[in-house]
Amino acid sequence: MTAQEWAFAIVGVLGSVAAIRLVTSKNVVHAALWLVVTLATVAAAYLILGAEFVGWVQVLIYVGAIVVLLLFALMLTKAPIGREALDNQQRGLAAIVGLGVLVGLIFLLQGAFGGKRIHTVPTVMKQVGTALFRDYVLPFEVVSVLLLAALVGAIVLARKDEGE
Amino acid sequence: MIRLVFPLFFAAILFSAGIYGVLARRNAVLVLMSIELMLNAVNVNLVAFSQYLHQLTGQIFALFVITVAAGEIGIGLAIVILIYRNRETIDVDEVDLLKW
Repeated sequence: MTAQEWAFAIVGVLGSVAAIRLVTSKNVVHAALWLVVTLATVAAAYLILGAEFVGWVQVLIYVGAIVVLLLFALMLTKAPIGREALDNQQRGLAAIVGLGVLVGLIFLLQGAFGGKRIHTVPTVMKQVGTALFRDYVLPFEVVSVLLLAALVGAIVLARKDEGE
Repeated sequence: MIRLVFPLFFAAILFSAGIYGVLARRNAVLVLMSIELMLNAVNVNLVAFSQYLHQLTGQIFALFVITVAAGEIGIGLAIVILIYRNRETIDVDEVDLLKW
């Protein structure tokens, strides 16, 4: 194994453990903190793969904004603590489905891409900018309109009605 | 040099954990967190194949997925807070207005 592979393996194991703790923890705030660890390891994985811009966007948007949003939502809603309050009765069935998907995907991916290797060439930000504003400028604008619509929709939904 | 299956297996584990979380959790905010986990798994795949094929399209789409995920979490949490204000609970098993 190369140094990059060792680094990715460590990050991957850490992220996998954090993801499993996230979906099994008995406390909602602990779950949110495990989500931070998972998202940070995904950002580290992007950096190891050489996708610098996506990695830092991941840190800014997910770790910086989305986790704070989730923590605020947890603060505004009363959540009971404990396994029975957080998980439903179909835990066993859900675990079977999850494990089934995992085993199926691993067999499929190992069969299809078993011997392939990534020759990581770091992506320069200039390339990303050129691609984004030349080849993908229409989807970029559509996504910005979508974000604006989501912003307005969230404000309309969450504000208190007049006279309440 | 990284074996392509490393990021793919990492993404598969994240996606399976997300599926378990969506199916097993009762708290709506935890369900949203599990959905974020699944979207992240997709992004890892997109970036890995982008680097494997030496084409930027995957990374651009990962950026779009991150943007859409941000919008989705904003709307989702607004709906969760609205449900909490009206029904005093965010247990997805008890919100069954549309169930016949």
